[in-house]
Amino acid sequence: MAGQAAELVFDEATKRYGDHPPAVDRLSLTVPAGEICVLVGPSGGGKTTALKLVNRLIPLTSGDIRIDGRSIEEQDVTQLRRGIGYVIQNVGLFPHQTVEANIGTVPRLYGRDRKWIRERARELLELVGLDPSYAKRYPSSLSGGQRQRVGLARALAADPPLLLMDEPFSAIDPIVRARLQDEFLRLQREVRKTVVFVTHDVDEAIKVGDRMAILREGGKLAQYDSPASILQQPADEFVAQFVGADRALKALSLRTLAELPLQTAHDGAPSLPGSTTLRDALALLIAERRETLNVTADGGEAIGSVALEDLLR
Amino acid sequence: MIIATPPVIPNFGSASKCEQDNGWWCTDWLHQHWGDTLQPALVQHVELSAIAVGIGFGIAFVLALTGYRYRFLDPPIGAVADFLYTIPSLALFQLLVPITGLTVTTVEIALVSYTLLILYRNMVAGLRSVPDEALEVARGMGLTRTQTFFRVELPLAVPAIVAGLRIAAVSTISIATVAAFVIPKGLGRPIFIALEQNLFKTEILAAGALAIALALVSDVVLVLMQRVLTPWSRA
Repeated sequence: MAGQAAELVFDEATKRYGDHPPAVDRLSLTVPAGEICVLVGPSGGGKTTALKLVNRLIPLTSGDIRIDGRSIEEQDVTQLRRGIGYVIQNVGLFPHQTVEANIGTVPRLYGRDRKWIRERARELLELVGLDPSYAKRYPSSLSGGQRQRVGLARALAADPPLLLMDEPFSAIDPIVRARLQDEFLRLQREVRKTVVFVTHDVDEAIKVGDRMAILREGGKLAQYDSPASILQQPADEFVAQFVGADRALKALSLRTLAELPLQTAHDGAPSLPGSTTLRDALALLIAERRETLNVTADGGEAIGSVALEDLLR
Repeated sequence: MIIATPPVIPNFGSASKCEQDNGWWCTDWLHQHWGDTLQPALVQHVELSAIAVGIGFGIAFVLALTGYRYRFLDPPIGAVADFLYTIPSLALFQLLVPITGLTVTTVEIALVSYTLLILYRNMVAGLRSVPDEALEVARGMGLTRTQTFFRVELPLAVPAIVAGLRIAAVSTISIATVAAFVIPKGLGRPIFIALEQNLFKTEILAAGALAIALALVSDVVLVLMQRVLTPWSRA
């Protein structure tokens, strides 16, 4: 089985249906091994099509896609797919199989035995934040958030170097979605996969992505860069509009208080933990009509303060 | 139409009072004739029905695979099954006798024809009920077409398939009584004999009751079978 992470290269990848204009138009970008690339854009931008080109659920019309230098076209299609984790919006757990059997789908294809799968399922359930006692339950007894965790565990079961995630959290309510995003990022720090993540939600893209690929209608790449760079320097009017007029505010959500130089703490100022984003900190200052706030360490004690102008610098 | 006099004497010499009065439930007659009449008829009935449902299942399964994979073939296959189902059983026997004679084959051809519609329609519906996402993920994870069929599509179709089997089994058991019109077998035979012998009520009632009991038992067995096969549907 695979392990590690793979570099993914789109090389002039194009999908065209008949005589229609292309759904994905000469898409070229490189996702370095171990990074999360978010494909984002309005509907009709070909995000999902681009994603499905990678595991050949949709065949390329022209161009190439390479995983660690090997063209996907050269590989046996079932072998290729078994080596790529796949997560979709509605999860698609097999309703007739227990959580454990679902997670064991690809390992079973690789000939792993029951005992190996049982242990692996337990390990993965913990990794995705579910109690191992869920192993014997059927999908119908799980909530939407729990199902998506199992879906993620199933995609990771054979330790693939590449993970494709097609709007994985879009069908989940905002509170659970935010928690799943946080846990996905924590998990990614542990497993370090190369991930292609499709979403239509700019905020999710900024939060989750190491890099963002913004696709515009007709499947054309508008900009490919880190979220911070895109927010600071949108390539054109389309990107600026797509990321929103509040992009300066969004950029604040990429940094935390702990990254700022601190002054001495003020008595009586409101306080927030160092892990708070600058955006949330600004929101608090506005709400409380204050100009300074104290930053606290994990224990809750104030370790310094920041002023409003520090946030905006 | 109840004939009270003269007394019915189906069994010369040993007829009880109950039999002479053509009673509804003559226990002594049932005791005497369980071994030589009712039990063999019951066993034959089980055989006739089981063979019909078994063969019907096999044929319907092949047809369903065809109609599921090649969607354009589903309407014609369904139409033929529909047509077969609408032929009255007695008429079908009449049509078949000149070809296959007064044989078990004649009976089975007719019985099998009646199972096809129910089984075929339920199998196709069951296979089509498999969620698209499950199929997409199966493909995306690298299951081959055959693996997808046996690991995902077929197991998920089981509830619908068993639902079809239940209806097919019960209706076949019911129609199989008419087989006695062609061959001297099954629970229809004691009924036919009793109808000929001045309507001996106990025999008609007993054979009828056995046919109903057989249908109920087979239904329960199939329900239990489904529970074993689909533990997930009870979650």
